Amino acid sequence: MKNYVIMRLLATVPLLLGISFLCFVFINLIPSDPAEVALRIRQTPVITEELIAQTRAELGLDQPFLVRYFQWLWDCLHFDLGVSYTNPARTVLGEIGRCLPATLELAGLSLVYVIVLSLPIGFLSAVYKDTWFDRIMRGFVFATTAMPVYWVGLLLIWLISIRLDLLPTSGYGSFAHLILPAFTVALSYISTYIRLIRNNMLENMREDYVLYAQARGLKQRAILVRHILKNSLQSCVTAIGMSIPQLIAGTIVVENVFAWPGVGRLCIASIFNRDYPVIQAYVLLVGVLFVFFNLAFDILQYAADPRLRERKA
Amino acid sequence: MTAVLEVRDLTVRFRNGKRLTSLVEGVSFAVRRGGCLGILGESGSGKSMSCKAVLGLLDDNFQVEGSALFEGRQLLGEHPEVLRRLRGGRIGVVLQNPMSCFDPLYRIGEQMAETLAEHTRLSRNDIRKKSLEVLELMRIRSPEDVLRKYPHQLSGGMLQRVMIGLALSLRPALIIADEPTTAIDSISQYSIMQEFLRIKQAGETALIFISHDLGVLSLIADEVMVMHGGTAVENGPAARIFAEAQDAYTRHLIRQHKAVMSKFLSAIHQRPEVAA
Amino acid sequence: MLQQLFKNPMALLCMGILLFTALLGIFAPWVAPNDPYANDILNKFAGPSWDYPLGTDQLGRCVFSRMLFGIRPTLFLSLLTMLGTIGLGVIMGITAGYFRGAVDEVIMRVVDVMLSFPSQIIILAVVALLGVDIRNVVIASIFIKWAWYARMIRTATIKYTNMNFVLFSRSIGSGNFYILTRHMLPCIAAELAVLASLDTGWAILNISTLSFLGLGVQAPVPEWGAMLNEAKNVMISNPEQMLVPGIAVVVLVGACNMLGDCLRDALDPKAVRQ
Repeated sequence: MKNYVIMRLLATVPLLLGISFLCFVFINLIPSDPAEVALRIRQTPVITEELIAQTRAELGLDQPFLVRYFQWLWDCLHFDLGVSYTNPARTVLGEIGRCLPATLELAGLSLVYVIVLSLPIGFLSAVYKDTWFDRIMRGFVFATTAMPVYWVGLLLIWLISIRLDLLPTSGYGSFAHLILPAFTVALSYISTYIRLIRNNMLENMREDYVLYAQARGLKQRAILVRHILKNSLQSCVTAIGMSIPQLIAGTIVVENVFAWPGVGRLCIASIFNRDYPVIQAYVLLVGVLFVFFNLAFDILQYAADPRLRERKA
Repeated sequence: MTAVLEVRDLTVRFRNGKRLTSLVEGVSFAVRRGGCLGILGESGSGKSMSCKAVLGLLDDNFQVEGSALFEGRQLLGEHPEVLRRLRGGRIGVVLQNPMSCFDPLYRIGEQMAETLAEHTRLSRNDIRKKSLEVLELMRIRSPEDVLRKYPHQLSGGMLQRVMIGLALSLRPALIIADEPTTAIDSISQYSIMQEFLRIKQAGETALIFISHDLGVLSLIADEVMVMHGGTAVENGPAARIFAEAQDAYTRHLIRQHKAVMSKFLSAIHQRPEVAA
Repeated sequence: MLQQLFKNPMALLCMGILLFTALLGIFAPWVAPNDPYANDILNKFAGPSWDYPLGTDQLGRCVFSRMLFGIRPTLFLSLLTMLGTIGLGVIMGITAGYFRGAVDEVIMRVVDVMLSFPSQIIILAVVALLGVDIRNVVIASIFIKWAWYARMIRTATIKYTNMNFVLFSRSIGSGNFYILTRHMLPCIAAELAVLASLDTGWAILNISTLSFLGLGVQAPVPEWGAMLNEAKNVMISNPEQMLVPGIAVVVLVGACNMLGDCLRDALDPKAVRQ
């Protein structure tokens, strides 16, 4: 077990390096000269060629590419992500930190929705396969995978907030503000997991161990919950782990529909303002989250499955 | 002596939309206490299907007709809950593919305890004692360890023995063994057959032994029913069937078996000459 | 497999919808009753009439004509995306699988990094880098999706290079790439078709989403996502404006997804019986 964890941890190092390198290349590909940008940030009145050359040396931009990369990486490891181009008074870290809680709230509640709704629906769909319940749910799954997220959001705002006047249309504040956007983020994941759990359950139902459990005279309910459900969830655990960073990243569209002040909206605003350090930090953040959750849930699954635990890595 | 299980005119049909496909047609057999009925047939001949139908293990897509009296009580059409209580209790079941018959996520001990708790009112401690007893009875070494193991950590032969032990543990009136020797290696097969012979010699239970292997059945069965295409083509005492089968298909099976055996034997006898 | 597909009424329906939509898109200038850009400000938010079959929007433009012209960017750009993705994926996958060694190692590590990012983020990053434009959205989509195809085709290449008929063609002196494209691609075409039709649905959603965010097709060009973005502003007074473009997206994406499912069923007869 310990070996496995160490192995997996080591394996993430090259992946993290790759991601950070990609982010660094990204900011170096932008059309504007960072020295010029820096001068503008300092509100230098007249920008001359000499001044730019001087600033280049000052910022270490005349160093070889790889040296600069490691310098940048070192800064990143110390949580120094630079300052915003549009508002030099603000650090990138501060900007992200200011917006992140709102996004995490949104992603957190969506995760709750996903688990609370898709688990029982997927389970019941498999148990009552081909009944009216299963048919309706299959229709629901099909419809939601074809609907654009933003359209669902707009329809929900119109129906729930405008017509029925039950919840606020948009903005940030009370828990009531959170309900609709979180549901919109969750919707496509809910249908994905309903399908996954249903198919896993149906597959497991045909296994020999189910026949033998019936032959041993176990109660059908016990077989469904203790054996079939547990085996089906086993493979869902990693998928859910992978979905968490996707949920965090997936809030971009919804945040823009519901005017939710999270990192997704910050990111879109930064794209329009060409505020590259913020975009870079966002990409880096999501990439690292992705790797981290992947790692954590791999280890979790490893700990939960006796077969995996046994196999020597 | 009266039969423990008596099946008459068993018919199983599969409902596919509006069409009904007949899988088992008018099969009758009986098995008495201490006796062993062998059901012989190739895969798809309906032998497992017949037993599943009797045990109530088929879902609603199957239509079952006929009669199956177990200790004088009608099983077909009986409430599923009653059948469930019988399975694993009064009727023990042993299946093929022991490696995939246990839930991979639970320890052997947990799965044994789950079964025992379902059919008895034993306390947790007594269940553990009983489990150890069962494993010892099956001549499994270090039973304490085996209880703690997960299915994938044990061999097929070992798991098959656990399964037989579990089937025996509640003193069933009938054990149905569905191809119990098919999916395991030949050395384990031999020792598994020894276990079944012991069960038979003890004479307390009736045994239905399903197999496609004529050699295995000839070791244990007193009565043999040969199935082909969903019907019983031959039914009678084992000795008579092996000596003078009435049905062409049965004779074909026996001839094939003998041909293979004689080839095998001659190969064994020729080997020293080749070596020399 | 194709025969089975043509017997399936659902698959036929989906292909019919896609074909019909494509034709409508190609012949939009002749089919559309009005100029999609023509304002008629006095006649804004009009209901359906003979002149405007689906009514008019906030500037009095014909919604039906705009919807027809909207097929062009949506469907054709997503097909272009898929062509680019599959093309790049096939080249990278075959290169990695055929040459193995260091080339394979480099390509596959890049694929790993690509797959460890959520696709939406990469698209945003690329669009941010190259500037807000629909061409960049297509490039970004190709950039993120090729890795999936490269991985799949690499596996297939490795499997097929060791097969007898490939060894045979090599022994009679056919060129390396000729062997692979000629023999292997037909073998994995079915698998590729499933993935491609599902991803076409994804590309349509993606293009319309980015246009909705203002990062793709720009107003006043008729595009469904952009139309919805405009509709959003008049949502309280005229919510019916959201219906036409939204339903158009759902129908098209639904047809792609359903076709993908049908293809998969035709590929794998076991799955149908479930």
